[in-house]
Amino acid sequence: MIRVEGLRKKFGDLEVLRGVDLEVRAGEVVCVIGPSGSGKSTLLRCINRLEDPTEGVITIAGEPLPTGGKALDRVRAELGMVFQRFHLFPHMTALENVMSGPLTVQKKTAAAARERASALLVKVGLADKASSYPGQLSGGQQQRVAIARALAMEPKAMLFDEPTSALDPELVGEVLAVMKQLVAEGMTMVVVTHEMGFAREVADRVLFMDGGFIVEEGPPQVVFDRPREARTRAFLGKVLQCAG
Amino acid sequence: MDYLAQNGPLLLKGAALTLQLTVLAAAIGITLGTLVGLARISPWDPLRAVVSVYVEILRGTPLMVQLLLIVYGIPQALGWQVNEFHTAVVAFGVNSSAYVGEIVRAGIQSLDRGQMEAARSLGMSYGQAMRQVILPQAFRRVIPPLVNEAVTLLKESSVVAMIALTDLIRSAQLVASRTYKPFPAYLSAAAIYLVMTFTISRLAGRLERGLRTE
Repeated sequence: MIRVEGLRKKFGDLEVLRGVDLEVRAGEVVCVIGPSGSGKSTLLRCINRLEDPTEGVITIAGEPLPTGGKALDRVRAELGMVFQRFHLFPHMTALENVMSGPLTVQKKTAAAARERASALLVKVGLADKASSYPGQLSGGQQQRVAIARALAMEPKAMLFDEPTSALDPELVGEVLAVMKQLVAEGMTMVVVTHEMGFAREVADRVLFMDGGFIVEEGPPQVVFDRPREARTRAFLGKVLQCAG
Repeated sequence: MDYLAQNGPLLLKGAALTLQLTVLAAAIGITLGTLVGLARISPWDPLRAVVSVYVEILRGTPLMVQLLLIVYGIPQALGWQVNEFHTAVVAFGVNSSAYVGEIVRAGIQSLDRGQMEAARSLGMSYGQAMRQVILPQAFRRVIPPLVNEAVTLLKESSVVAMIALTDLIRSAQLVASRTYKPFPAYLSAAAIYLVMTFTISRLAGRLERGLRTE
């Protein structure tokens, strides 16, 4: 589904990704963990070319990722993206946010877009907030609307960039619950996260990144319980200690 | 009372010309200025370069000189006949577009980069993202500086007296010399300007409140 080969990304002199290879199969859930600055968000943002790779090849569903134009827009439409800080459109209601992709990109009729958007708001538990503006919603509610907005495009895969990192602790659960529902439905997902419990529970595979490399990867039981690399152990030691 | 009956119509006629000129010029200024603002942040270097020269020239030379050039200079050089009023509208509109362009550019750049990224990640093209997501938000933010610009335009439109158009201030001059009483003439003009600018601010305030989403 998603294939990344030899990916490098430089910002000026700073090399954030130094040769990353990754393959995500259809229906697979891959969680990417690692310290901040390790390149995990950049990796995710390269997959739909919000960042231009400096080097390397990215293939989506067997086709090389286009460099721009309508072809890239079409691929992006099939890759849902959820951001750390939601990025809902503040001048649109929750319902209009969810309708925006189908209306503008897929040229659906207002009635069809509204029907689908309403169903998605029900799915994320926010049917009663359809006419609220993002500024009137809590962070957890905003993120659930953002997930519904991405799902409205009927994506083949979903990319999550630290979807719960900007939330108050008591709001994390409601967002993770929606994500778990997607996992249960068989959605292909790449999730950059600091939620180790979530990664352990739902990931098919966990990648640990540090310094622009994938240091270690494997099933969650292996990476969390029997990490091979010293750097993974050090990172998990710090993170899990905090989590208790 | 006699004074008003005799001079009121002339002053009001001048005010009407000032208002027409301002409204038409503002319409051109906002339309053209939005395009200028978009061009200023275009990913295409040559367009950015051309437009930045356009803005520098219009901001860096007096409005009066631009007006005289466009009303007298260019038509003579090209052998055209022009209508002073229409030409003045164009001159003010073009001049205003430079300022509006900067306002629009700043408005767009003040938005979180994530808004464009979110729109693009849904598969929207750059143009779609601009129209659906960026400009509607930027427009809300730039209402106060645009009002400022409209008020400035209204007041600065008095330089059309230079090209023999009878706007509000020119009417006041005529009244002053006809009655030998400059004080009431100019005081009336000031009052009418104030009523017009105040109306603009009130209307904009209402628009801004109507667009609030929280």
